[in-house]
Amino acid sequence: MALAPADRGGETTTQIDRAGVLSARRLAASLGFDAATLLGLATVVSLLVLIELLVRTGAISSLIIALPSEAIGAIFHGETLLKLAQATKLTFGMVLAAMVAEVLIAIPAGYLLYRYKAFGKAYEGWLASLFAAPIFLLYPLFMVIFGRNNFTLIFMGMAAGIIPIIVHVRLAFMSVPSTLIKVGRSFHVSERTIFWKIMVPAGAKTIFTGIRLGLIYTLINIIAIEYLVDAGGLGRMVSDSYFRFDITGTYTAIIAVTLVSVVFNIIVNRIEKLVR
Amino acid sequence: MSDLASPAAEAKGPSVATIKIATIVVLLAAWQLIAVSGLLYKGLVPPPLAVASALLTELSGAVLYRDLGITLFTSFSGFVIGSLIALLVGIWLGSSTFFRRAFEPYILALAGTPKIIFLPILFLVFGLGVESKIAKSAMSAFFPVVFSTISGYLQIRLILLRVGDSFHLRWLQKVRMIYLPAMLPSLLVGLRLGLAMSIIGVLSAEIAYSDAGLGYRLMRYSDQFQIPSMYATIIVIFALASLVNAGFNHFQRSRLRYLERPSE
Repeated sequence: MALAPADRGGETTTQIDRAGVLSARRLAASLGFDAATLLGLATVVSLLVLIELLVRTGAISSLIIALPSEAIGAIFHGETLLKLAQATKLTFGMVLAAMVAEVLIAIPAGYLLYRYKAFGKAYEGWLASLFAAPIFLLYPLFMVIFGRNNFTLIFMGMAAGIIPIIVHVRLAFMSVPSTLIKVGRSFHVSERTIFWKIMVPAGAKTIFTGIRLGLIYTLINIIAIEYLVDAGGLGRMVSDSYFRFDITGTYTAIIAVTLVSVVFNIIVNRIEKLVR
Repeated sequence: MSDLASPAAEAKGPSVATIKIATIVVLLAAWQLIAVSGLLYKGLVPPPLAVASALLTELSGAVLYRDLGITLFTSFSGFVIGSLIALLVGIWLGSSTFFRRAFEPYILALAGTPKIIFLPILFLVFGLGVESKIAKSAMSAFFPVVFSTISGYLQIRLILLRVGDSFHLRWLQKVRMIYLPAMLPSLLVGLRLGLAMSIIGVLSAEIAYSDAGLGYRLMRYSDQFQIPSMYATIIVIFALASLVNAGFNHFQRSRLRYLERPSE
């Protein structure tokens, strides 16, 4: 969620803030870094060093928290990297399959709900409820129907991701200014042309927001079910280590999955900015 | 593809209520047909009446309410803890551009990560009891609330902040008299999402490891192949999520109406 920058300068910054800013800025300037970035990095590194010390001195048991140096260092081992690459490929393959199905179903469904207004009104409340509902809880049901396989994971990912796309597609077409459509008509173009050349481009931003939400919901649900049923890719990497009581391995897997997720979110945000 | 600018008029077709009732009837009929068709393994899709009967049995037993109480208690406790922390962090980051730039990227990075992968850490640190579920609920609530608080703070009019300064209000007085009322519309959106996330977070933790709660109940029925009871539990969970969502919606609307009322 990108927040609008609103620098209120010295009017609302606290005394502590000012002191921190001054000292951090001086240090950052000498190192050629942005002061805020440096403070953020320094805080994360300090926390990791503190945890390392607490675990090494025995203040915190290594059976509860793994040594950060070992957990982070293990990510760069060839075996972990290979496992991570395979797990990422499997999870994102399933996300891609689910997304293709979602887009193919949700865009016509959203259009139909816009086109037939009474149906749109009848289902909008139900769709809003489904949006907030814990859809992933249906997985035991689909596990017994489809079995413990990748198809169940894809289906569950699709079930969660399809709702925001339908909602946003309908919203996108509803918000197209009627003036644009009237302009199209005044040029005597066909309804099909109006749809593809006017309505789709005009609603593209909202449709993309829905697809972005659907993508995130799909990924989260697939990883959640992978973790819970100990199958698939990234989610399984974490559960597998945990169920083997490999504490360092569990932390390594969590950090690795977090990094993959961060990179994925950065890419999605960049694409969204390009579309906008 | 005809007349795109004016979607099919309501007057020509069925009413909204008719569509809703017809949809429910069609879905129930399809369910019944699949159940008796033998297309799927016997017992996998029990008829609607069998599920209704299981639901009645569930609702008339005391154990369901014990599990429901546990799930609600852990969800709300974690929600309150996570929201309070998020509120303080959100106001702090909202009020300082410098600290926001320093720490927001890390919060954003964690917010986009599936929280379920942190369950092993919560189980290791807080144990397998109710504490880890409360922690999961707090973690789930934290992210939506912190972003809505930062966003809400950034939307407070500068003059309101200056009024607080000119009256030499203490920090807590500013929070109570200026920040919270001014941030309310944005904050309520985050709190609503946070509450939904808390319930989902607790259910996922109960499914992963628990000996009580609705998530545990669902998994027990699934493992024992008690399919009608499993469907009944899913219905109870979805009804709970819808009720909480509707309740918060009502609260949100009433608070916003109160704020928007014309001053005398």
